[in-house]
Amino acid sequence: MPRQLLNGDEAVALAALHAGVSLGTGYPGTPSTEILETLDHLGGRAQWSPNEKVALEVGLGVAFAGGRALVTMKHVGLNVAADPLFTATYTDVDGGLVIVSADDPGMASSQNEQDNRHYARAAVAPMLEPCDSQEAYDFTLVAFELSERWKIPVILRLTTRVCHSKTLVEAHAKVAAPTAPVFNRNVPSRVMIPAYAKPAHGRLRVKMVEIAAWNETSGLNRLIPGVGEAGQRLGIVSSGIAAVHAQEAAPEASHLVIGMTWPLPLDTIRQFAAGVDRLLVIEEGDPMLLDSLRAAGITAEGKAEMYRFGELNVPRLRRILAGDTSPEAVPPKGKPPELCQGCSHRDVFEVLRDMDCIVSGDIGCYTLGVLPPFSAMDTCVCMGASIGVGLGMRHTLPPEQARRVVSVIGDSTFVHSGITGLAEMVYNPPETGHVVVILDNGTTAMTGQQENPSTGRSLNHDPTGKIDFEALGRAMGIKNVHSLNRFTDGHLLGDLLKELLAKPETSLVVVRQPCVLAAPKIRFYEKAAMEKMSHACAAMPAE
Amino acid sequence: MNKVTNIVLGGLGGQGVLTASDILADAAFRAGFDVKKSELHGMSQRGGSVSSDVRYGARVLSPMVTAGEADFLLVLEPTQVDVNRPVLKPDGVLIAIEIIPEGAVKNKKSLNVAMLGALSALLDIPEAAWLDAIHARLAAKLHRLNDESFAIGRAAAIQRFNPPGQT
Repeated sequence: MPRQLLNGDEAVALAALHAGVSLGTGYPGTPSTEILETLDHLGGRAQWSPNEKVALEVGLGVAFAGGRALVTMKHVGLNVAADPLFTATYTDVDGGLVIVSADDPGMASSQNEQDNRHYARAAVAPMLEPCDSQEAYDFTLVAFELSERWKIPVILRLTTRVCHSKTLVEAHAKVAAPTAPVFNRNVPSRVMIPAYAKPAHGRLRVKMVEIAAWNETSGLNRLIPGVGEAGQRLGIVSSGIAAVHAQEAAPEASHLVIGMTWPLPLDTIRQFAAGVDRLLVIEEGDPMLLDSLRAAGITAEGKAEMYRFGELNVPRLRRILAGDTSPEAVPPKGKPPELCQGCSHRDVFEVLRDMDCIVSGDIGCYTLGVLPPFSAMDTCVCMGASIGVGLGMRHTLPPEQARRVVSVIGDSTFVHSGITGLAEMVYNPPETGHVVVILDNGTTAMTGQQENPSTGRSLNHDPTGKIDFEALGRAMGIKNVHSLNRFTDGHLLGDLLKELLAKPETSLVVVRQPCVLAAPKIRFYEKAAMEKMSHACAAMPAE
Repeated sequence: MNKVTNIVLGGLGGQGVLTASDILADAAFRAGFDVKKSELHGMSQRGGSVSSDVRYGARVLSPMVTAGEADFLLVLEPTQVDVNRPVLKPDGVLIAIEIIPEGAVKNKKSLNVAMLGALSALLDIPEAAWLDAIHARLAAKLHRLNDESFAIGRAAAIQRFNPPGQT
């Protein structure tokens, strides 16, 4: 096949298509979002789930049924999916199950820079880490093979620079075709009651020992010999994007690039270490590789603590190689992002600011409400936290302050993790009551305008079921449920909030206006759906 | 010798910086080079600063341009020149939006392609590769407009920089 210029996300999608995945599932999150969108564009089957936990569970079901499943998420999404992950590894999957964790060292668009390599060790799952789009393609195929050979979920860990860098890819699709899905009853390997989970854990540990042995000759770990004496003096062990930075910064050193970072090919690394005077471990984020080598009795040096933070790059690699720990130059700050002109969130944050509310915020475009000229957000932790954190403050603050607390959450975030927060509000209502505002802009805006279960359209924008927030709120037993169309009655928001904040009752307010960036597309999708429906009606036989 | 050409494109979200860097990377690929391109997505549609790195040569390792080592810096927005200037090497070339004659480009949305036209006059990528890359990236109805913008930028840079090999 001819070479093409693809980013890492596109390469994973292409490989998944070539592997014949039955279904791709996930939740949008930068930098992972384009994987499923591309899979859909390429003609594969992909769907957004309400959150990553559900996405992984659906993927696991696909794999139990013998289909190949690709499950995608950003790093923090794996926290949400951690519950199924930690037991899915105990089970036997029939079809390949590949979980993509797209980490964000440097936090280009995230609330933390957690290093998800820890999940491979903690959940006992093999982990592959490509350094460019070619490896993203190749490793995705290998991940499916591994997953089926050992009947185990495999994590493909990408990072922002791998996801969003375009490099050349030659596709080959050498993977065996998937077998036809069929239900094979296998209770002891899939029903994780203690009686079955105990032996399953034992089997899992045996799988990992076998996979570690396989990894020694897997071909996934590349040895790049150094030049002359310099290649003897310094050996660098690295993985992921850090590997290409390291090769550029130290072209004469010997390099061992680890493609499968869990379980580690320790014998290969030990042999590499024996051939060099000094062994340096270059890894983005936590000293995970370094600690593992040291635990295995391999003498190795790591980077100084200051390089744990943020992304690595060639100049930082040069500093690490020179042992330079002097303060780094701070690059000039660009113009920060802001809420778009005409964005419905702007009015809401103006009202919240002017009313001096204590705003428990959430994850989305509207987190920009924390910045001037609004400065109207007081907390933001993780998806859905606005409601629980708001309730906790309500329970604890003196009443005159508690009555100022408002939880603000977007439509997609609400479906993702906010519904259980509402259950908590109904179940354990604070004495002063509480007010939750859903900012419904009709799309998952922040990640690039993806659909979600409240838009009424699926990933490919075809019409599907739609969650009705107001009906849900009423069914859950919330006392006051209101909705405002920002175009027609946005000016009423201040008075409504004033009224609700004064009541010791539970309240839900849905403020609606389509995202200004998404609105033209939404109109287009709606029109297409109407046309489809009228064609269907016209095709129906007359009575 | 493995000479890698380092280019950084900068501007604000919505100006077509990422589209321009896509076209540049594709043009370099079509010209037979190894190429890597890197940028951060996510916040780009909210009017913030956007920049994209493109590197091409016989073989490219890191996808990111090292600060102080860019051969060319292309900036679509006057306010973003100072923010991006540190990426340029001392004798690197800044191509600022002022190079495009005022009012020459009818549709502002094709200013990014006009800027690529200016850059093209200074790079070892054949004009045909540029035009193929532009046509591959943009809808057919936009081809003529962007071909014109490309030509305007290219002519402006030839006049301004008088690069060797151009007549």
